[in-house]
Amino acid sequence: MNLHEYQSKQLFAKYGIPVPKGVPAKSADDAVAATKTLGGDLWVVKAQVHAGGRGKAGGVKLARTADEVRQYATDMLGKKLVTHQSGPEGLPVDVVYVEAGSDIDRELYLSMLVDREVSKVSFIASAAGGMDIEQVAADTPEQIFTVAVSSDAGLQPYQARQLAFGLGLDKGQARQFEGLIQKLYRLFLECDASLVEINPLIVTGAGDVIALDGKINIEENALFRQPDLEAMRDLNQEDEKEREAAAHDLNYVSLDGNIACMVNGAGLAMATMDLIKLHGGEPANFLDVGGGATSERVAAAFKLILSNENVSAILVNIFGGIVRCDLIAEGIISAVKEVGVNVPVVARLEGTNVEKGRSLLADSGLDIIAAKDLTDAAQKVVAASKR
Amino acid sequence: MSILVNKESKVVCQGITGNQGSFHTEQCIEYGTKVVAGVTPGRGGEEHLGVPVYNTMREAVAATAADVSMIYVPAPFAADAILEAADSGVGLIVCITEGIPVLDMVKVKSALASYDCRLIGPNCPGIITPEECKIGIMPGFIHQKGRIGVVSRSGTLTYEAVYQTTQNGLGQSTCVGIGGDPVRGMNFIDCLELFQADPETDGIVMVGEIGGTDEEAAAEFIKSEVSKPVVAYIAGVTAPPGKRMGHAGAIIAGGKGTADDKFRALDAAGVATVRSPAELGSKMLELLKD
Repeated sequence: MNLHEYQSKQLFAKYGIPVPKGVPAKSADDAVAATKTLGGDLWVVKAQVHAGGRGKAGGVKLARTADEVRQYATDMLGKKLVTHQSGPEGLPVDVVYVEAGSDIDRELYLSMLVDREVSKVSFIASAAGGMDIEQVAADTPEQIFTVAVSSDAGLQPYQARQLAFGLGLDKGQARQFEGLIQKLYRLFLECDASLVEINPLIVTGAGDVIALDGKINIEENALFRQPDLEAMRDLNQEDEKEREAAAHDLNYVSLDGNIACMVNGAGLAMATMDLIKLHGGEPANFLDVGGGATSERVAAAFKLILSNENVSAILVNIFGGIVRCDLIAEGIISAVKEVGVNVPVVARLEGTNVEKGRSLLADSGLDIIAAKDLTDAAQKVVAASKR
Repeated sequence: MSILVNKESKVVCQGITGNQGSFHTEQCIEYGTKVVAGVTPGRGGEEHLGVPVYNTMREAVAATAADVSMIYVPAPFAADAILEAADSGVGLIVCITEGIPVLDMVKVKSALASYDCRLIGPNCPGIITPEECKIGIMPGFIHQKGRIGVVSRSGTLTYEAVYQTTQNGLGQSTCVGIGGDPVRGMNFIDCLELFQADPETDGIVMVGEIGGTDEEAAAEFIKSEVSKPVVAYIAGVTAPPGKRMGHAGAIIAGGKGTADDKFRALDAAGVATVRSPAELGSKMLELLKD
């Protein structure tokens, strides 16, 4: 679950991590009022969306008068912002964050995440902040500094020094930086974060180290023990179909092709997409119906699939282990009747009670094409999608 | 022979009285697994599915000399259950539970280093040595005793590999579902090493998926340490790059971890890769005939 920048900065502030003063605003009037609260004569108006690359997309504007703040807030609010990370449709801007302008001397990069290679929480830092950091990592890896934290010993001062001196900070700044990342580490653990990124972390003209941006991702699996953070969830930033799928315990990702698939298990679902492609088709979605595929869930899955207008055929691929194939077949039949499926359905069932399941489908009188194995299923659905 | 579990394995189930624990333990017992005890805090002294229930793992192991733990404890309590199992002295812990917070697993992984035990999972189908011992949620009937070791990150895709090697008569020595979580216990390399050393495993089927670099590491290991034929498939060639925020994940992955990278690494290591999961069994049969 992603947090907005303003929410991330509220968390930073709570943990004592220095951030510029700022006020979230849902209207242009609120944005103008924020300039009074903040004072000063330089403000930044920042569109709040769950994607990076806002600056280049026009989602971050520097304002020197309240009128400019009003203008920028009006331009952004109620619109969609398209960045290179947002997807082509963009994300809605419901909130802008009005922030006091900062005096920037240097821009640094700092992030932390769970590094699966070493099974530890790692920090990544680079003096090349504000630039295309992935390009920096690819071209000049020596400019990227990482430390992996032992979960027993915690973040050690020497690790903070490694990063601080790698960033080229002076002694005073290094001391500030060490305090900052100790607080960040505590935040990461206590909030069950899976990603924290500060890009840029700045050194001000006065030599202070401040988080000028903030992206935090909270791990979905840990939300059960983070009710305060879950309350910050902004559903408008999330894909509607994926959200609806999640409500039915389905895992759904929509794609560009025309052959829909419904599969139990994420690995088999990916493999099914690969097979469709291998046999000359294009998958329309990834859909994992999970282990306990009930008829209600199968019906929800069909509805979801058919809400995509590009779909011209459906492949159902179920390896019934604990789930019985006859129950799955009944689910398919009632779903097809209930939802009114008007494209060909190819079904490949394998596993427990497979014969019974297959004969149920055959006798249903519905346009369901039975497949005998994986390859047969892929070939049949590709052919059916073209008829 | 087999790896890790056999008909002598004595299994204790943590979370045996829960819905999942009950249902799957019953199936394991039916399959022939020697389930000797269950653990549910507060239910000690009862009997469930015909086996005694204890309050703690220490009590259960002291009373029954169990050497494997099978965990169905709900996610919020599963990390604690894994560590309790390690502390009780069992040599193998199989954690089926899905949805354990990754930071819990970071702690568990670090703590397990001080115990002499192995962890399979979490979020995995478990491990089975056909016709001897089934520990997990896999459908027992698709397995057949035989010569192929199967190791996989995915659940139902494992069943495909198993089913195909059953259909063509090769059968399986042991099948290990290592699970798909980013921080987990045993990895491909650990299983490959055991299969290589097992005299009754003649070939190895490996099923990976996108993300991480474990398959690449496995490829390196196979090149130098595995002489038995290995057939591999990687799921996710068509998976779109996920929507993401920020750059940290991309920096740490360094552009590795795609299905193509993994196929390339495995090909370079001399592994027989297949682009279709439907060919896992037939490719292995072909290799063993040569």
